[in-house]
Amino acid sequence: MTTEARVEEVNAMNEPSPSGEKVIARKHYGRWITAVLIFALAAVIVRQFATADIDWGIIPDYLTSEAILKGLWGTIWLTVLAMVVGIVVGTAVAVMGLSDNIVLRSAASFYLWFFRGIPALVQLLIWFNIALVIKDVNLPPLYEGTTNDLVTPLIAAVLGLGLSEGASMGEIVRSGILSVDPGQAQAAKALGFTQGQTMRRVILPQAMRVIVPPTGNEIINMTKYTSLAFAVSYSELLSSATGIYSMNFKVVELLFTITIWYLALTTVLMFVQSRIERRLARSRGTEKKSRNRSLSRGRRTKGVPA
Amino acid sequence: MSALVQVTGVRKSYGAHEVLAGIDLTVEKGNVLCIIGPSGSGKSTLLRCLNHLEKIDAGRIEVCGELIGYERHHGHLREMREKDVARQRRKVGMVFQNFNLFAHRTVLENVVEAPVRVKGEPRDEVTARAVELLDRVGLGHRQHAYPSQLSGGQQQRVAIARALAMRPELMLFDEPTSALDPELVSEVLAVMKDLAVSGMTMVVVTHEIGFAREVADELVFMDGGVIVESGPPAEVIANPTHARTQEFLGRVL
Repeated sequence: MTTEARVEEVNAMNEPSPSGEKVIARKHYGRWITAVLIFALAAVIVRQFATADIDWGIIPDYLTSEAILKGLWGTIWLTVLAMVVGIVVGTAVAVMGLSDNIVLRSAASFYLWFFRGIPALVQLLIWFNIALVIKDVNLPPLYEGTTNDLVTPLIAAVLGLGLSEGASMGEIVRSGILSVDPGQAQAAKALGFTQGQTMRRVILPQAMRVIVPPTGNEIINMTKYTSLAFAVSYSELLSSATGIYSMNFKVVELLFTITIWYLALTTVLMFVQSRIERRLARSRGTEKKSRNRSLSRGRRTKGVPA
Repeated sequence: MSALVQVTGVRKSYGAHEVLAGIDLTVEKGNVLCIIGPSGSGKSTLLRCLNHLEKIDAGRIEVCGELIGYERHHGHLREMREKDVARQRRKVGMVFQNFNLFAHRTVLENVVEAPVRVKGEPRDEVTARAVELLDRVGLGHRQHAYPSQLSGGQQQRVAIARALAMRPELMLFDEPTSALDPELVSEVLAVMKDLAVSGMTMVVVTHEIGFAREVADELVFMDGGVIVESGPPAEVIANPTHARTQEFLGRVL
């Protein structure tokens, strides 16, 4: 293309050309075709659902029925407890994994290997049946009695989901800790902070911006994984639904009912997550700028003879 | 006998590479010692040994008559528990090349944090002292700024105030002006000079020969893990006796 032609083209894009020729938008025929295809596919699916033998009218009733709301509460409660266990265990595993102490480091990597390697459903069932291995629990100040009484479906579900979540959170917290400039720990040490104080007061607060976004994903995933607790007869959304449809055979209606609730929960969580991420991105933006500045400063001084 | 820092026969190796090959050094109370030398000469490593940020393989380091980082155990030296090392570091302030201010804390919080958390001093008392210190380094008006909002020179001055808030007996400076834009170097050196005049004992690793000549009581030239030459700065700079010192000064002056 000649320079002249390029200048002409640029002019044509920016402003009406002096000769009064009109600038028109390019037609995206491909988009029209894909849109039509997607609509056709959607129409087929909608028609299938509409003509199928589904009793749509009962879904709104079930949505707010007592049994389903109890299940909803069970799902939320289990998500919260399992995530608390996961975050606490994950932080401990990450800190142990980065310790100077080889015993702690080995214990942390054993934990990660073990709990990452077993499916959550299998872990749930093992915890639920742990009484077959350990008959009684005798920890006088805390608990004395049979294991069967101690490990309720809730406890089994929290342990199974929480401990395997601990392995995922361990990796997330670890990468967060490693993202903090080692100079921060050095400065804290030089001021007389102990290792524990350095971690709690200096490293972890700054690791948060790396830890928080993927933790949001973990919470959303956990909301869905709680449905596995149905296998240990913990009362959550899925077990509420199966409990009802095993009596009235409205299988699809009830599965759709809880689908709506799961989508409602995850939508709220995704919204909260995107708000938090936007806020973090804003503060990270200012940080990045200052880091670039100090880098270029380092380069400049190198060129200057002292 | 008022040696505040006494370094005797200190050796340290990374694998086969000997970074410190037998260092002896004394700093009297109230004196300023400047350490110069080419990069890789071991001068920063030596400084970091003085508050046990680095372990040593042999020799001993005493600050205020107290063995740093190690304790005598059945005729040997054994590394102290981490908690005890942390206690020893309270009286040795350190300023880093890259400032290392706590990025998630404001200027004032950076200065207040350690005396409150480490020494357990009452917060309002420490805050009053911190404000005074920030005024002294010329940053009283930026108390509520975050480190990323300050220039390098301002950050380094806050870092000095942060170290001083612990009321240290000794201040260590690890190339405090090397990461600064040239026009910001003098404001940091001015604060350091003021500190020296006030009687603070200081060990300064630096490339600023002019500062060393003006402020230091003793100048040490290091190369290859040993002290090649030391003495009054004017003498060492004007009449270096060793070829390596002459060559180094010839390059930097």
